[in-house]
Amino acid sequence: MIELENLVVKYHGAAVNAVDGVSFVSARGQLTALAGPNGSGKSSIVRALLRRAETPTGSARIDGKDVRSLSYLDLARSVAVVPQREETAFPIRVLEYVSLGRYPHLGLWRAPGETDRQAVEVALSQAGVTELASRDTTELSGGEWQRVRIARALAQRAPALILDEPTTFLDVAHEMAIFELLDSLARSGLAVLLVSHQLNLVARFADKIVLLDHGRVAISGSPAHVMNAERLEAIYGWPVVVTRDPAVGAPALVPLRRPHHL
Amino acid sequence: MTRFRSVYWPLLFAALIAVAMVAVARGAVSLPLGVVLDALKGTGDPTAIAIVRDLRLPRVVLGALVGAGLGASGAVLQGALRNSLAEPYLLGVSGGAAVGAVLAFSLGGTSEPVITLAAFAGGVIAVFVALAVSRAGGRAARADLRTLLIAGVIVGAFANAAIMVALASAAPNTVRGALWWMMGSAVDATWRRVLWLAISVALAGGALIYRAREIDVLALGEDTAASLGVDSERAGKRAFVIAALLAAATVAAAGLIGFVGLVVPHLARGMGLRAHRPLVLAAGLIGATLVVAADLAARTVAAPTELPLGAITALLGVPFFLVQLRRLT
Repeated sequence: MIELENLVVKYHGAAVNAVDGVSFVSARGQLTALAGPNGSGKSSIVRALLRRAETPTGSARIDGKDVRSLSYLDLARSVAVVPQREETAFPIRVLEYVSLGRYPHLGLWRAPGETDRQAVEVALSQAGVTELASRDTTELSGGEWQRVRIARALAQRAPALILDEPTTFLDVAHEMAIFELLDSLARSGLAVLLVSHQLNLVARFADKIVLLDHGRVAISGSPAHVMNAERLEAIYGWPVVVTRDPAVGAPALVPLRRPHHL
Repeated sequence: MTRFRSVYWPLLFAALIAVAMVAVARGAVSLPLGVVLDALKGTGDPTAIAIVRDLRLPRVVLGALVGAGLGASGAVLQGALRNSLAEPYLLGVSGGAAVGAVLAFSLGGTSEPVITLAAFAGGVIAVFVALAVSRAGGRAARADLRTLLIAGVIVGAFANAAIMVALASAAPNTVRGALWWMMGSAVDATWRRVLWLAISVALAGGALIYRAREIDVLALGEDTAASLGVDSERAGKRAFVIAALLAAATVAAAGLIGFVGLVVPHLARGMGLRAHRPLVLAAGLIGATLVVAADLAARTVAAPTELPLGAITALLGVPFFLVQLRRLT
């Protein structure tokens, strides 16, 4: 379980707090989506959970333990993160790459054992990339690479999983496949926290949406509660309507064209 | 991608031994292999024993250690900076180390430990100056490839200027020493110098091999490294410092020898190695072989004139660098 309580993130020299007193819970067995306009503080929350941002007040806890009280390795055993950007400078075999997910358990010197091999095998199969194991990371398509990155995070066997915009640049099929995968991971008992711009997909898959605006929680709760045209219009500063998706019945956001002044 | 086979290890060792044997046998006086083997055992002609044991063997061992140090240092710098053009010479680390060594030398510190420590200090300062400059312009988190190279070249140029100033105000024997450092040479190899370099290479190389898995994780980028339990800031600095110490030790022993740290890790990766533990080991072996071969060429190609070793490695390395740069930009 990921719990934020009045979390504040402040960057060195910045005039305003990037995250300004955010509280929410991302529970086990649930897919929680973190949404909001660009610059609303989503990625800063991820950085805070990785202990890569200053958090002067408030707390971020994983299963009850403040992330700042954990060692880096303990933290990595408690929460796995798929960051937004990642460039491997040198091609590496998918199997070796996913095996690096065992680093928090192995450290510098311990040789991988049966548990580690099994964790990697299961992670590859959960992410549906077993058949890519002997490929190089440079030979993968965008969708394959995202799934391989998720496999690497799953190999950590952490009870919480955070993904920062995992479907950017992916086509419809690959995007849907990732959302289905995250849904099944949440059903298997993980606390899945997904940072995403795709409100319509999030509304169909997430158990809960936390919508940020200017570093604060603007609205949070079930998709039906959060998908409120008036609030979304105010937050995004763009005219929108919320309809019901005719095919699946989920609330769907439709941004309007700006009216042309005659 | 080529897959690395464990049979490559004995092949890499064999290549080093073979090149080293040829290097010990060839020179102003060429000795047959049998005579070399006898001399190594201490039997046979006393002149041959003197040539092999006191002149050529220390030089070959020194060259091998220099190459091993530069290869391992380059492999780690490339991994930790996620930059396939990183290497101690181009980052200005070697130049900084040379300034330290020349300053110590011109202030009268001629013993191996003093020069080695001064080179360490110069190399470590240079690596942080280059990194700071390259990060100042752009995003704080990631040093840009081109800016980093420019910063390294600028730091190197500053180092050269500092050495020139030291030269201009120095006694003649110091001038020879300073020039020798700038061109790179194994000519003054002594067993004492070999011993100091061996200690440095063993300690710093051992530390790098011990921490290699951390560098595997660092190579994935700072956010990913953090998510896997590596404090990327500290781990990165630690890797730079150890790699800089390793390169500085080679500078203290044999002066500025460029491009070995660039070419060798690419050769090791070309054999299919990715994880840094075997990669650093293989880069050490290949670097040793390459520098021993380059030093053999330096001694024999234009004999009796001896060419500067650093010039030979630059002649080989610059075209390679250009091909890599073209591929990346």
